[in-house]
Amino acid sequence: MTADALTGKQRMAIERTKMAEQDPAARAQNFNEVNLGLAEAAAIQEANRCLQCKKRPCVAGCPVQLRIPEFLEKVAAGDLAAAAEILRTDNALPATTGRVCPQETQCEAECVRGKKGQPVAIGWLERFVADWAAENTAPPAPPAERSDKRVAIVGSGPGGLTAAGELARRGHDVTVFEALHAAGGVLRYGIPEFRLPKAIVDREVANLQALGVTVECDVVVGKTITVQAIMEQFDACFIANGAGLPMFLNVPGENLSGVYSANEYLTRVNLMGAYRPDSHTPIARGPVAVVFGGGNTAMDSVRTAKRLGSQRAVLAYRRSRAEMPARLEEVHHAEQEGIELMFLVAPTEILGDDDGWVRAIRLRRMELGEPDASGRRRPVPIEGSEFELPADIAIVAIGTRANPLLTATCPDLKLNKWGNIEVDDNQMTSIPGVFAGGDIVRGGATVILAMGDGKRAAAAIDAYLKPTK
Amino acid sequence: MFEVLSNEVICPNVHRMVIRAPRVAAARRPGQFVIVRCDEAGERIPLTIADADPAAGSLTLVIQAVGDGTRCIVGKQAGQALQDVVGPLGLATHVERWGRVVCVGGGVGTAVMFPVAKALAEAGNELTTIIGGRSAPFVILRDELAAISRELHCTTEDGSLGRKGFVTLVLGEILADPSRRPQAVYAAGPVPMMAAVAEQTRPQAVKTIVSLNPIMVDGTGMCGGCRVTVGGEIKFACVDGPEFDGHLVDFQELARRQQMYNHADCRLDRRLREHPDEEEP
Repeated sequence: MTADALTGKQRMAIERTKMAEQDPAARAQNFNEVNLGLAEAAAIQEANRCLQCKKRPCVAGCPVQLRIPEFLEKVAAGDLAAAAEILRTDNALPATTGRVCPQETQCEAECVRGKKGQPVAIGWLERFVADWAAENTAPPAPPAERSDKRVAIVGSGPGGLTAAGELARRGHDVTVFEALHAAGGVLRYGIPEFRLPKAIVDREVANLQALGVTVECDVVVGKTITVQAIMEQFDACFIANGAGLPMFLNVPGENLSGVYSANEYLTRVNLMGAYRPDSHTPIARGPVAVVFGGGNTAMDSVRTAKRLGSQRAVLAYRRSRAEMPARLEEVHHAEQEGIELMFLVAPTEILGDDDGWVRAIRLRRMELGEPDASGRRRPVPIEGSEFELPADIAIVAIGTRANPLLTATCPDLKLNKWGNIEVDDNQMTSIPGVFAGGDIVRGGATVILAMGDGKRAAAAIDAYLKPTK
Repeated sequence: MFEVLSNEVICPNVHRMVIRAPRVAAARRPGQFVIVRCDEAGERIPLTIADADPAAGSLTLVIQAVGDGTRCIVGKQAGQALQDVVGPLGLATHVERWGRVVCVGGGVGTAVMFPVAKALAEAGNELTTIIGGRSAPFVILRDELAAISRELHCTTEDGSLGRKGFVTLVLGEILADPSRRPQAVYAAGPVPMMAAVAEQTRPQAVKTIVSLNPIMVDGTGMCGGCRVTVGGEIKFACVDGPEFDGHLVDFQELARRQQMYNHADCRLDRRLREHPDEEEP
C-alpha cells in the first residue's frame, strides 16, 4: 500500500490507532514505561490518516516547526529512513518530544482530522520513527564543513541540547556545561522513567555527542565559571539553565519531615535512582501521599508516589479539572492507575506528629471566581470549609522561581522583575553574543517550548557568528 | 573525573584529601563547599572546602566517613579519582575587620571553621580559637589554627587534651570577661554545639555566625531539601548560606530535618507494621 493508493475518503475511513499500554494495575507497581509503542503496520496505517492538507496547520502548531505532513507522507509510504531524516533535521530530541510533548494543545490540536473525530497521532508516530531510527540507522556524523567558531551552552536540558544540536549541525564547535553529574536537565531529574526512560535521554545525548558536541558535567555557570569567563573563550553563549528554586506554599508545617518540593522528590527518584533497591539515596514513603499542584510535575510526583508504594496517592488542586495545566494523557493515565484527583482544595496547614513527621493536611475548599492574569478562573476560598486529610508524605508542586546562580554573578544581564532573563525576538540578551531561552526566560514552561527557544536561538547565533566569518 | 593527589588520616575515621579540581580551586572563596560523588552509584555529598591552592589547581577536603558515600570517598587513594566534584557552591563568608573574633569548631566542624578563621586572620582580626572533640585524637587542625590564632584553646569531653568539657566552657569565660569579649563569634560543628554557642552570645548580642549542614541533593537551589528557617523565613542553605545569623536559626528544626533518614526502615514499612490491616480508604 503506497501513499497515493488511497483516496481521501479511504483515509477518512481509517480510525485512529490505539497505543498499547502496560496494564494500569501492573504499571502502578513499577517504573517501566507506560506506553509500549506502535507496531510498524499500525504506524503506517495511522500516517495514512493524514490528508496532506495544503494549509499545514499542524506545522504552525509545533514550536520547532517540524515538517509534519512530509514526515507523515514518508511514514505512510513505509519509507521510515526518509521520515527519520526529516525528524533528525528538524528536531534534536524526537524520541523525547514524541513522548512528553502536549500534542493535544499543539500539532494535534490543529490537525483537520480532529475537527470531525480524532486527529492524526503525530506524537506517537514521532516516537515510533525516533525509536526505529535508533535501532536501524547510524548515529549522525559531524558536518564536514567546520566554522572556526566556538559556542558555549549553559545547561543540558531540552533547550540547551536542541541549540547544541542545531549549532553542531551548522559546523560550530559546541560545548555544553551541565551543573549536575549527568546530562539532560529536566529530562534527567524531572520526568520519571515511566514517561521518559533514561536510556532514551542517554541516547539523545549520545546522538549529539556523535555530532561533535562536547558535554561537560559538574560545571555550575555563575559559580565554577562566570558568563564573562565563557565569553573570553567562546564566540557566543546560549543560557538555558532552566527552572530555579522551588516555590513553597507558605503554610505552617512546611518543613516537617516528609514534606518535599516536587523537584527534590523527583530528583531523588529520577536522577539519584531512589526507586531502585540498590540506590544509596533515601526517599520517604508512606501509605498516603498528597501532592499539591495541577501541572505535569504534580502529576509525575503523584504517580511516582503511587509506584513507591502509597496505597492512596492524592493530587490536591486548587482549581478544577478544566484549568489543570497537565498533559491530558497523563491525567488519563493517572486516573487509570488509581490516583485520586481532588479539585478545588488548597492546603492551609501541614500537621505533624510528635516526631515531626507529616500526619495530616488541613485543606480548605475553593470555588472559582473571576478569571485572573493567567486567564483561568481564580480559586476563591470558601469560609468554614476546612477539613483534614490524613497523610504521610506531602509534595509541593506549585512551580519554581528564577534561578539566581548565574544571574547573580552576571550583573550586565538585564532581568525582568521576577529575575528571568530578558531577550529580544532572536533570544539575544542585553549582552551581545549572549542568548537565552527556556525556563530562565519563560519562568516555567514545557520541554518543547524550551526546544523552540533553543532552535530559534541557534539560528540567531549562527547568523550572529556569520558576518565575521 | 577528579584525581586524588593525597589522602591521609588525621584522626580516627577522618581523612584529609587533596583533590585536583582546577576550576573550583580558582573560583573558590572561604566558606564555600563542593558536592562530591565517589563513583557512578554514589550519593551527592556536600563538603566544605577546607583549603585551596589555585596555582596547583587543588582543593583540600576534610571528610568524616559516616555513611556509604563518605566511606567510598575516603577509600580513594592518591592516584585514584573521584567521579564528580562540583562547586564552589554556597555564598562565601562575609569577611570584615571585626576586631576580636572567636572561632569555635567542634569535631570535624573545625575543618569547616578553618578556612573562615584563616580569612578572618588575613583580614586583620585578632583571633581566639576554641576547638573541641570527644578526646585528644578527635581534635583536628590544632597546629594549623595555632599558627593564625592569638589564643588557641582545646577542650575534650574526657579531659585527654586541654580543658575537660565542651567548647562552650571556654567561650563562656571569654564572654564573661569584658576585656576579652569578641565583636563576632563564628561557629561550626554539631547542631547542639552551634545552638549552645548562639544561646551563649545572645544576651550580649554578640554577632554570631554559624555554618549549617542540612541534608542536600543538588546544591544549586533546585531541590529545596536543605531549607532552614532563619528569622521565620525559609532559606536554602545551598544558595542563601551555608552561613547564617546564629541568633535567627531554628536549630531544633534543623536537627530534626537532619535526622529525617536516620531510620533503618522506611516510613511505609513502619506505618504498615503499626497498622497491618490498613486498607485503602
